[in-house]
Amino acid sequence: MAAIIRRELGAYFSSPIGYIFLAVFYVFSGFYFFANVLMMQSTDISLVFSNLLVIVMFLIPILTMRLFSEDIKHKTDQALLTAPISLTSLVLGKFFAAVLVFVLGMSITIVYGVVVAVFAAPNWALIWGNFAALLLLGMSLISIGMFISSMTENQVIAAVGAFAVALALLLVEGLSGAFTSPALMKFFAGISFMRRYAGFSSGIFEFSAAIFFLSVCAVFIFLTVRTQEKRRWA
Amino acid sequence: MIEVKGLTKRYGAKAAVDNISFTVKEGEILGFLGPNGAGKSTTMNIITGYSSSTEGEVTVGGTEIFENPIAVKKMIGYLPEHPPLYLEMTVKEYLSFMYDLKKVKVSGVSKQKHIEEICGHVRIDDVYGRLTKNLSKGYRQRVGLAQALLGNPGVLVLDEPTVGLDPKQIIEIRNLIKGLGKKHTIILSSHILPEVQATCERVVVINNGKIIADDTPDNLSRAMSTDHKLTIRVDGPEDDVQKLLLKIPGMLRVDKLGVREESAYDFSMEAEPGADIRREAFKRLAERSWAILGLKSSELSLEDIFLQLTDESNKKSYIQSTEDPGADGEAADEAEQ
Repeated sequence: MAAIIRRELGAYFSSPIGYIFLAVFYVFSGFYFFANVLMMQSTDISLVFSNLLVIVMFLIPILTMRLFSEDIKHKTDQALLTAPISLTSLVLGKFFAAVLVFVLGMSITIVYGVVVAVFAAPNWALIWGNFAALLLLGMSLISIGMFISSMTENQVIAAVGAFAVALALLLVEGLSGAFTSPALMKFFAGISFMRRYAGFSSGIFEFSAAIFFLSVCAVFIFLTVRTQEKRRWA
Repeated sequence: MIEVKGLTKRYGAKAAVDNISFTVKEGEILGFLGPNGAGKSTTMNIITGYSSSTEGEVTVGGTEIFENPIAVKKMIGYLPEHPPLYLEMTVKEYLSFMYDLKKVKVSGVSKQKHIEEICGHVRIDDVYGRLTKNLSKGYRQRVGLAQALLGNPGVLVLDEPTVGLDPKQIIEIRNLIKGLGKKHTIILSSHILPEVQATCERVVVINNGKIIADDTPDNLSRAMSTDHKLTIRVDGPEDDVQKLLLKIPGMLRVDKLGVREESAYDFSMEAEPGADIRREAFKRLAERSWAILGLKSSELSLEDIFLQLTDESNKKSYIQSTEDPGADGEAADEAEQ
């Protein structure tokens, strides 16, 4: 798995993808930090995180689109699938590589916390709560994007698919209010990423929400493994 | 070393590989021959664990691949038809990654040294620091071969290793494979016949997913050659010589092959099976003082054999003539299907 992680990280930064992801992430987070914290002379960074939520949904498909699609298209999956490693190691290796790049991007928010600390005492619980929320949300979206990437050799389809799912998950929150049926309302509220995310953003570590996001990761990692397995049997 | 038993791979209703069985002994170089789409790559993909079979089993070194795929994959070095290279990596980075991916451990030899040894062996030292995307086709093929050799696996599976190379590179890769055959069991697929003839000790011919021949190149040639087909060069008038030859008892046909040297013509003759027309041809031509400048039996090259075998009408006749249906009716059954 370590070999896969190293290779994937190398691939992100030997192509523009890694740099574009980080640059866009830093530009937008910097803008929101400037507009919501520095300009407003506030120590509350949670608004930065709220805005980053949307940016993350747009950016994560860039990270995940190539994970499997590129290997399928260039037939390098033959090297991976004939190597003496399990499919789970392969999938986890790719997943953690994308997560590491994502963490590299979002770790800028800790720097913002430090910047705030220079002027006043920030609410670190709130910052870490938001950080954990964004990380869990990002991991969930990465697992979904990776799963979509494993189903196609076309990176554009993988990116658009991941973006569509992310957008749908964003809209689900609004959709839950559009139904009168309690069952449907409960269902859409239950799968709402936004609702789960909201608890963290007020600095509360919601164990159930953490389990929800980790479960989404586990399910889509499992599905990616099964997709790879299915390709062998196709 | 490798045992393939009743292997079948179906894509929907179409059987890409249809109930094939063969074995490869340790240290043997087996040529897997067949036209494009015959099922060669599918078989190789199953042997290497890249894809699964619908039925049948593959055992490598006594271990069944579907029961313990990781153990089997450790024993195999695979060079697919398109070398699986990461184009953004240098040769050094790529081989280092493959070394780690394969979890290679060579006792007493460091990673660096092992990779350098293999690079020297396949002669890619001079491109060691270059990006693989900037390499020529020949070098890419060699890098692919180098990754297959990492960890000195007992079995090498090489899918069309010389495809797209120039003649010089082809000869180099062939010699390399021959050299590797001393230490490795090799399965080599190709639709380029001289390649198989030059490198392999045994040939399995596959067509439409079925094995239609399994023998040494020499035995195949012998079994399919016919002593009743001859080529003759005669110093005499072309039309008269043809007429004379056609009068020989048992002669079925005489075809003109044209003039090859001054006033001498070549003819191909086909007589009834079992009929030896050489003496009679000599006698009759001598009576007319038309000198025989050459006489040889029409030996079949592997190319001819291949074309004959992959031709449906000839397939049955070969299998039926070379297999003993009483001892092993499998091949005959296959031909009947």
